Amino acid sequence: MKSGIFSVKGKKRLLRILSASHRIDWLLMVVPVIITVLGIMTIYSATRPVIEAYQPRFYLKQTLWLLISFAAMIGTLTFDYKRLFRSAHYLYGLGVILLLITIFIGHEGMGAQRWIRLGPLSFQPSEIFRILLIIGASRFLITQPSPLRWSSLLIYALLYGLMPFYFLYKQPDLGTALILLFISAILALVRGIGRRQLAICLIGIILFLPVGGRMIWSGLKDYQKNRIVAFMDPSVDPRGIGYQIEQSKITIGSGKLLGKGYLKGTQGPFRFLPEKHTDFIFAVFAEEWGFIGSLVLLLLYGIIIIRGLETAYYAKDLFGTFLAIAISTVFLFYLFVNVGMTMGLLPVVGIPLPFFSYGGTALLSNFISVGLLINVRMRRFELFY
Amino acid sequence: MESKERAIRVIAFFTLLTGLVFLLRLWQLQILRGNYYLQLSHKNRVSVVKIPAPRGIIYDRRGKPLVKNEPYFVVSLLPKPPGKEINLSALSELIGLSVEEISERIIRQKPYSLEPITLKRGLRFRDVARIEARRSDFPGLIIQTEIIRSYPYGKTASHLIGYISHPHEEEVRKGKFRDLPKGSYVGRWGAEALFNDRLTGTPGVRFIEVDALGRQLHPIKTVLPVRGEDIRLSIDIEAQKAAEAAFGRRSGALLALNPKNGEVLSLVSLPSFDPNIFVRGISRASWERIINDPGHPFLNRVFQSRYPPGSVFKIVTGLAGLEEGVIGRNFTVFCKGKIEVGIWTFRCWKEEGHGITDFQKAIVESCDIFFYEVGRLLGIDRIAKYAKALGLEMKPGLGLSTEIQGIIPTTSWKKKNRGKPWYLGETFNAAIGQGYVTITPAHAALLISAMANGGSVYRPVLTIQKDPPEPVSKISITPEHLKALRTALVGVVNSEKGTGRRARSERFLIAGKTGTAQVVGNPSGRAATGPRDHAWFVAYAPAEDPSIALSVFVEHGGHGGEAAAPIAKEVIESYLSGEGWE
Repeated sequence: MKSGIFSVKGKKRLLRILSASHRIDWLLMVVPVIITVLGIMTIYSATRPVIEAYQPRFYLKQTLWLLISFAAMIGTLTFDYKRLFRSAHYLYGLGVILLLITIFIGHEGMGAQRWIRLGPLSFQPSEIFRILLIIGASRFLITQPSPLRWSSLLIYALLYGLMPFYFLYKQPDLGTALILLFISAILALVRGIGRRQLAICLIGIILFLPVGGRMIWSGLKDYQKNRIVAFMDPSVDPRGIGYQIEQSKITIGSGKLLGKGYLKGTQGPFRFLPEKHTDFIFAVFAEEWGFIGSLVLLLLYGIIIIRGLETAYYAKDLFGTFLAIAISTVFLFYLFVNVGMTMGLLPVVGIPLPFFSYGGTALLSNFISVGLLINVRMRRFELFY
Repeated sequence: MESKERAIRVIAFFTLLTGLVFLLRLWQLQILRGNYYLQLSHKNRVSVVKIPAPRGIIYDRRGKPLVKNEPYFVVSLLPKPPGKEINLSALSELIGLSVEEISERIIRQKPYSLEPITLKRGLRFRDVARIEARRSDFPGLIIQTEIIRSYPYGKTASHLIGYISHPHEEEVRKGKFRDLPKGSYVGRWGAEALFNDRLTGTPGVRFIEVDALGRQLHPIKTVLPVRGEDIRLSIDIEAQKAAEAAFGRRSGALLALNPKNGEVLSLVSLPSFDPNIFVRGISRASWERIINDPGHPFLNRVFQSRYPPGSVFKIVTGLAGLEEGVIGRNFTVFCKGKIEVGIWTFRCWKEEGHGITDFQKAIVESCDIFFYEVGRLLGIDRIAKYAKALGLEMKPGLGLSTEIQGIIPTTSWKKKNRGKPWYLGETFNAAIGQGYVTITPAHAALLISAMANGGSVYRPVLTIQKDPPEPVSKISITPEHLKALRTALVGVVNSEKGTGRRARSERFLIAGKTGTAQVVGNPSGRAATGPRDHAWFVAYAPAEDPSIALSVFVEHGGHGGEAAAPIAKEVIESYLSGEGWE
């Protein structure tokens, strides 16, 4: 049977889309684009040539990725998110395979194999995996009775918690590994864990921490250990391991109330700030736009997260609620960890700022996530179809 | 569903909490500490490099440069960019420094400093070409030019010109010369030290935008250094060369002054040193070799060593005798070679005696018996009065080095310093410049200069004087007494029997007086063995209108007329022919 918008089924589907389209949340659609455009501007500024003869093309690539990502977001609106529920297990399986492939054939960058090369493009499977994990975990949880039984909790912890954590940690991508572990735990909590189970789990984690912590610590690369040591005491060696944190604080602080002005920042182009267009891009923005600009940016993130939580609240089914909660929480965590790190509140973990940091796969993944939010939101009144 | 709503509310709460934390942190970083971080970001970006100002040039009175500023090359290393290792053994081979020396210099650098680490100074063009060819193998290796001081006259006039060196490590530690740019020099000796402030100039400043690796990107602003002032000294380097050549390998001192204003025309203290060895930094071993040299090359004998003036002092005794009316128009003394006072016998240097001796003959032939008698008639205190008025006790005040006073004994001086009364025999000794009387070569120059100008003592100065300065002290001399004295001094050099015959010049009329300072342990002064006496000679010329007055002192030179007088002649001829007196 032919399936497409020209078939009978396809015409019905187009009708449904059109009837739902007037309920598209324009705020959720526009705000990420604004943030991304600000991000591209900041990438341009941060990578301004000072020694190099030419402007690096990061900003152009990111613009291209914005177009692709926006199209992908529109794409996620063309089908009911319910269909994801049906194929959730397959999608999650696909995600795990992607992670495994990355470990074996991944391309090394910055001492980690996070990328897979596909012709001219290289992409980061862990970013795509994020969405697939959310879908898979949500489906698993809502098909189990609440509060979760011991057996389901154990299976959930292994399949959706520890396994992806281990694979990501192996890449090594400790930041993503920790955040996804956290998200899985949050989702389980939202589904409901009995008090006794929760207490036992907590005791188990506390008992496991010394052993597991040491295992994790010894498995860390030197640069990762240094980051943690530097966080504890940045003044140990301001040009060495504490350098990034100190320079990031200088970058943010020197922006003062109104900022140095667009293209007037110095810390990025002059290379005092490392990872200026990726992990530490918030600092570059704060330097040029100051306190006011930073607040506006944070407010834009706040709009997406709160809107996402609202979507979860009004979602027509539990799957939509779980998707929306998971996506909003992911944004919140990424924001918290990334901005907290640039402000010197948290140790340096290689986590990009959603929509803002340079990185195509992450942008694509974030726009698909927002697309899912909009999808859940616009179909909240459709009970049957 | 209960748990769903609660979960959403909790997450929303954490969202707001996160926002609040970020707001407070941003407030702290950007508003409360904004200025602090802004300064840090400027400091990050702008590197301030001081540019040393070229030192002024020192010229002699005829405009000949006594020092040179020469460019030379320095190899430095920029602080290691993070993650980039330098092959030290290859670098060591390239620039000819051991790996240990290179690492030591790198370690000595202040941590986190962006300033280049100086590896080696004083490279020649050939070395630089070799290094430049392989520079790309060593990121951070840079070649800069600096200016070095060189002293073309070497050991000549080294006490006068002096030398410079970089600030010593200890001085740097104590924070001295902090405002001077890296690689600056400080005057240490002679005119270089005396006029250091004027010669130094004002350093320039280069503000450079740098990146985190210390790479210099854009010059922001450059304030050019202001070259130090040029100094024109009063000395005549040709006369100086003539003087030092005339000394040969003997030790001694010479000070030539312009009697009209105290300008130093030439200053010799031998042995001396080569200032060039200090400029590039001197090793501890060579420093100790100089310091422990038995010839004391760093002793400025002109100002820092005191000797009995010998017969040179007869000028003072004679002048006092004339002015005090002791030596009348027909005053004569019969010299039979010795005189007895009580149980003591005082001898003339001429055993057979001078016979009937008047003032003229006494000066020309340097008769001791005559001045014993004049001394006896004057008494020590009246002699001392004239000696002090002629500047023999004061510190001369050139300021080139530490200076010592002359010792002019009086009755009260002896009571105070020796606790004993003054004896007549001591007056005899003092009258001919022996015994307690000791002066430096500088004092002798002041004395003869005062004779040349008619009684004025000027403070010696190293620079050309436009207006005649105020004399430090002035003694009014009866013109006919002055004339008699001057005639006698001309006779010393120009008459048949004059003790200073060997200073006689065919070209200029020279006036002078010889002196021989007895060396302790050799009272007779004529022993063939043991240390010889010191030779003195003071002179001025041309006798009619003197423009140079000088003292010559030759350590263990023997008789003044033989050792010191020819040197004076050389200097006078060299100076006056340069001045166009012929």
